[in-house]
Amino acid sequence: MFKKGYRFDFWSFMTVVSLVFFGLFLIYPVIHLVMNAFQSVENPGHLSADNFIRFVTTPYYRGAVWNSVKVTFIATILASVIGVSMAYITTNFKIAGIKALNIAIIMSMFSPPFIGAYSWILMFGRAGAITKFFANFGIDLPPIYGFNGILLVFTLHLFIYMYMYTKGALKKVDKSLDEAAESLGDHGLKKILKISLPLVTPTILSGGAIIFLRAFADYGTPRLIGEGYTTMPVLVYNEWLSEEGGDAFFASSIAFIMIFIAIVVFLLQMYFSRKNYNMSMLNPPVAKKIKNPVGAVFAHLYVYLVTFLAFLPVLYCVMLSFREVRHGIIQTTWTLDNYVQAWNKMGRAIGNTFKYGIIAIVVIVVFGTMFAYITVRRKNIFSRILDACAQMPYVISGTIFGLMLLICYNTGFSFQTTFSPDMAARIANERTVLILGHVIVLTKDAVNILALGGTGTIIILSYIVRRLPYTLRSSASILRQISPSIDEASASLGYSSVPTFFKVTMPVMTPGIVSGAILSWITLIQELSSTLMLYNNRTATITVSMFQQVSKGAYGVASALATILMVVVVLSMLLFFRLTGNTDVDM
Amino acid sequence: MAVAIHIKNTKKQYEDNVVIRDLSLDIKPGELFTLLGPSGCGKTTLLRMIAGFNSIEAGTIAFDDKVINRIPVYKRNFGMVFQNYAIFPNMTVYRNIEYGLKNKKLPKEEIKQRVAEIMETVQITQYKDRYPDKLSGGQQQRVALARAIVVKPQVLLMDEPLSNLDAKLRIEMREAIRDIQKKIGITTVYVTHDQEEALAISDRIAVMNKGDIQQIEAPEQIYLRPYNTFVADFIGHSNRILGVVKEQSGGRTTVRMPSGPDIVVENLKPLKKDEEILVYVRPEEFTFEAEGSGIKATVLVKRFLGKYIQYIMDCGLGYNVEVSADTSSAEHIFSEGDTVYLGVNTRRINLFDKQTETTLIEGVESNV
Repeated sequence: MFKKGYRFDFWSFMTVVSLVFFGLFLIYPVIHLVMNAFQSVENPGHLSADNFIRFVTTPYYRGAVWNSVKVTFIATILASVIGVSMAYITTNFKIAGIKALNIAIIMSMFSPPFIGAYSWILMFGRAGAITKFFANFGIDLPPIYGFNGILLVFTLHLFIYMYMYTKGALKKVDKSLDEAAESLGDHGLKKILKISLPLVTPTILSGGAIIFLRAFADYGTPRLIGEGYTTMPVLVYNEWLSEEGGDAFFASSIAFIMIFIAIVVFLLQMYFSRKNYNMSMLNPPVAKKIKNPVGAVFAHLYVYLVTFLAFLPVLYCVMLSFREVRHGIIQTTWTLDNYVQAWNKMGRAIGNTFKYGIIAIVVIVVFGTMFAYITVRRKNIFSRILDACAQMPYVISGTIFGLMLLICYNTGFSFQTTFSPDMAARIANERTVLILGHVIVLTKDAVNILALGGTGTIIILSYIVRRLPYTLRSSASILRQISPSIDEASASLGYSSVPTFFKVTMPVMTPGIVSGAILSWITLIQELSSTLMLYNNRTATITVSMFQQVSKGAYGVASALATILMVVVVLSMLLFFRLTGNTDVDM
Repeated sequence: MAVAIHIKNTKKQYEDNVVIRDLSLDIKPGELFTLLGPSGCGKTTLLRMIAGFNSIEAGTIAFDDKVINRIPVYKRNFGMVFQNYAIFPNMTVYRNIEYGLKNKKLPKEEIKQRVAEIMETVQITQYKDRYPDKLSGGQQQRVALARAIVVKPQVLLMDEPLSNLDAKLRIEMREAIRDIQKKIGITTVYVTHDQEEALAISDRIAVMNKGDIQQIEAPEQIYLRPYNTFVADFIGHSNRILGVVKEQSGGRTTVRMPSGPDIVVENLKPLKKDEEILVYVRPEEFTFEAEGSGIKATVLVKRFLGKYIQYIMDCGLGYNVEVSADTSSAEHIFSEGDTVYLGVNTRRINLFDKQTETTLIEGVESNV
């Protein structure tokens, strides 16, 4: 396999590191999960399809698949229609105040969807402010819980992604194509349907697949607003942590089915995104004024209404964080109490969020970039394996990720042993002996390697494994645009490959890496589903604490935490805009 | 100071594709040596083998007596100018040039002085604080050259350095490169597919085809006395005419041409009577003769190109020939449809063996 004269250099070493890392924390857990899926709790250690039979024959479980697919699919369609129409209108027509609208839209995108769910409940739920307001007049609003609620939250959150993707694509459609269509006699809707939309169809289809995957994997929203409407991520979580004792095997089987569905959608996405049209960009599209006054009014109304609905949960949540809450009831008086309480009670969670986020992002950036270098500049069988690994997190949702890591590393690799009396006494004394953090843990009759259950490390690991592939892929695409000859130029001037990487290659990639890192950071500090599987009371993060508070009905502290989180997100975004010089997020 | 480069029996292959089979070449100290050939002939591959970007499958490459096969790129001590310049976009002109020197642990003062000197030499001092995206192609080219030679490498490698420049700048830069190379006297290997550039800049040229060197010679020799038909066809344009040896005596060979009178050529290798040979006549090697003597031809196309006039003519050969005339010395500019009489400059034309397609002229060597 190695050519004659192969040198084991720094990059070979990094390749080994990357493969060991992904092997331990991705491949092995996936294999373990699949093996679990085909064993049953009654008869562990033997191959069986019992779980799947149980799954298929139980209406409750079958229903969850149907629930998930139904709500995700309809949300994807609605979000696509809204997103594409918004993108088309704002790209081609002048809308007053579009800059402010864009900021509101981006802010809504970067707030976790379950904040949306939570705000909608506060407004339209059983005890919601608006529900009560209408009840005063004897009007009963339709219930916000269940299918409707999930659909509403998903749609209003996910259309933004479609809006971003489509807008990016529409901006690349040369204006002269539009003009050519008009010169050939097509105008109005006919032109849109025959030229504008077909040109961005690949983007819309692949964007649709991406938002489907997002909605399909979301745990927080259906959990909060779904009530009886159980979706698959909720099912996985419940089966793992059910009160009568978790069934890791059955939870694995459900996860297996979820991954299977996600892979199908992901393959569709890859297929769609393969065929994109290349167009000359001599004449970028320019937003025109709408001549028809009725049309102008409708366009404005539509854009403002959609933006308002998307932004409303954020707004309401911020407002609520300054309202006094007494005995679980929201008062009309203003206060900073919620923040004081949030800080006092949740100081550790805030600290954890930052600590885990920063550690994870540093590791992700440093290693993601180096791994990207391996996949682009050191093409061999191993770098192809690495590239394949980087695809996997797209189809594995947070809940499943948490489950996988727990199955493998709650108690780690355990070896039964008997210790010398001295050692046994010491272990008995300290209950567990930790060596190198949690790398080796001694308990009274076993040596456990990588027993990471309940540690911050396992949460950071899940962040890294889930987000690193995104950085790897975005860095790789930046790297592909950089001519290899600048590396060679550096080598010819006497620098070996490692100094070359740090002095030339990486600095050239930096702008792209930094903007990618900020986006990753924003998603990391809002991570909920895998953290929820992995945390304990010492390692809770802001999102997890918020989630607990909301579940308990303690709205004041939750909304304060949510606001703190959003402030951090907004600041990060401002930094992003500042560094990239963009006023838009290119997706 | 300047080193020689000795390439012995080197081989390069990618997977099953052999790019260079068995190539040997000696480059003299301080000369500007050009590898010239069509794309895919292996010239860039060979250059990158000298640099170390490509592995060497067999044979050796040495700087003077030191074989460099196993020496990693960054220890080979050469400077390289890339086709796309490969200026570091994250550094200013000054930082780009300084980059290689900083690695050499030189005193700060010396670095400063050497950067200043080289910027003066290539005339980019005024741009020293600019970033590459604010430089024109020619300026980037100068930065690339300065960055490569400021470290005083043993060897300078240039990979189609002028191909991204417009025609006028190309000529200006090629003079600049030639001047600077001579001034510092560094052994230089220059790769190009542009024959005019190669002729103008080189001390010697190696013409390559399909991984083999066809001929190594000084520019005039390459042009005037190509070793084989590939070289003759690649450099300039030649009309290929099939002649037959009528007789050879006293160092003079009489060749029967397919149309028009016989021609007499001196200094040919021994040939058999009635042997078919290839007569290569460049457009400018035709002469215009008085009516009734020489080859009768009809002008099909006339193109006036300023310095010279290009004619496409029908000589009754079954294919057309290209003839050119100097505008300044042309007595008459013919029109399409005119009948003319052509002779050939027998001291200039080249003749090749029909089978081997190598030269029949005594004393012309491939030097491979």
